[in-house]
Amino acid sequence: MLTKRIIPCLDIKDGRTVKGINFIGLRDAGDPVELAAKYAMEEADELVFLDISATEQKRKTLADLVLRVAAAIDIPFTVGGGISSIADVEILLKNGADKVSINSAAVKNPDLINKLSDKFGSQCIVVAIDAKQKEGRWKVHLVGGKVPTELDLFDWAKEAQLRGAGEILFTSMDHDGTKEGYANEALARLSENINLPIIASGGAGKITHFINTFIEGKADAALAASVFHFGEISIPELKNKLKEERVIVRIDK
Amino acid sequence: MIAIIDYGAGNTKSLQFALDRLGVKSVLTSDLNIILNADKVIFPGQGAAKSAMEKLKQQRLDKLILNLKQPVLGICLGMQLLCEFTEEGNIEGLGIIEGTVKRFTNEVKVPQMGWNSIHRLNGPLFDGIEAGAYMYLVHSYFVPELKETMAISNYNGVYSVALQKDNFYGVQFHPEKSSTKGQLLLNNFLKL
Repeated sequence: MLTKRIIPCLDIKDGRTVKGINFIGLRDAGDPVELAAKYAMEEADELVFLDISATEQKRKTLADLVLRVAAAIDIPFTVGGGISSIADVEILLKNGADKVSINSAAVKNPDLINKLSDKFGSQCIVVAIDAKQKEGRWKVHLVGGKVPTELDLFDWAKEAQLRGAGEILFTSMDHDGTKEGYANEALARLSENINLPIIASGGAGKITHFINTFIEGKADAALAASVFHFGEISIPELKNKLKEERVIVRIDK
Repeated sequence: MIAIIDYGAGNTKSLQFALDRLGVKSVLTSDLNIILNADKVIFPGQGAAKSAMEKLKQQRLDKLILNLKQPVLGICLGMQLLCEFTEEGNIEGLGIIEGTVKRFTNEVKVPQMGWNSIHRLNGPLFDGIEAGAYMYLVHSYFVPELKETMAISNYNGVYSVALQKDNFYGVQFHPEKSSTKGQLLLNNFLKL
């Protein structure tokens, strides 16, 4: 059986791991390569690196980091943050990234999804969507959640699928940083509407939140950052608890 | 020397790093002579079948692969292209193994993405790997069960995750991304 995936997310700024609380107020949580290797050892299923400084600084630091990560770990990883062109994607994939995630650039230029999936294959194109509720509707936000749009989450996810996305990474900005659980209702609706793997993001605080997002939220994967980086939840313990709840996970001992 | 066939397939860097970690020297190349004379050949694959076959033909690598006598390991699309025909783009593969590559139906999420358990393991590639081991897979198309099937998995039904015919081996999963079990499999291939 295909397992549910646990994905630690490493937010990167200037080559270091950071985690924003509601996207503001950054705290340093270590060296990305070291942290990546530690998570791989603990049987994280995948990793995501989000370069939150990407739009403001040169890309070379990120490409170098990707190369060092690929040399060190033997599980898949996705790289995102400020990616807006075929050339951006090419260098990251060439340096050993398995997938890239695109966000604002895809909203501004939806054709980018078609171009990237035609060139590199759908399997390596993750469309990341940040959204929050406004008057009962989920609205897509851009630039790390700073800029609201009128675009509806579910419409946009559907369009991303039709244009060739291979996976959807949905971050609920209403839940991100709250540690009160994932946006399971919206996640379940996404899974019903979209025939792509869905990664749940935003709101993890306790082990029960992961159990709920897999069962109620029908998520294929759950992403979290600070609960892992600060040792609040250990991945082996999390996976054992998931297994007890009959969520299928990879425990390979 | 291990030759990794260079025809523009994605993420060969991770494969090279995995071989580095096993202490083995590899070269990413499209040079016919180097490939022909390598101890082992790895035929990677990621991306679309049609453009992959076109590139193989342009570089005359399709004919070369058919004539290889050393152990050859096709990975992911590399395994699928060992087959006769693929529904992905409705094109002919290399035809080393009789069989048609099919698409997963929309009853399940496509692509299958993540770790799945593998079973009914046969042959030297799986030495030391137990049934039920998890491997990392990303694919929308699959090879059904064939007489060359050496391992299976299940995603909306049973399908092949490993094939072997003579010196040609194929795995649907990515051993270079499948943690310690994947490394074991790569090492088994290197020992052939």
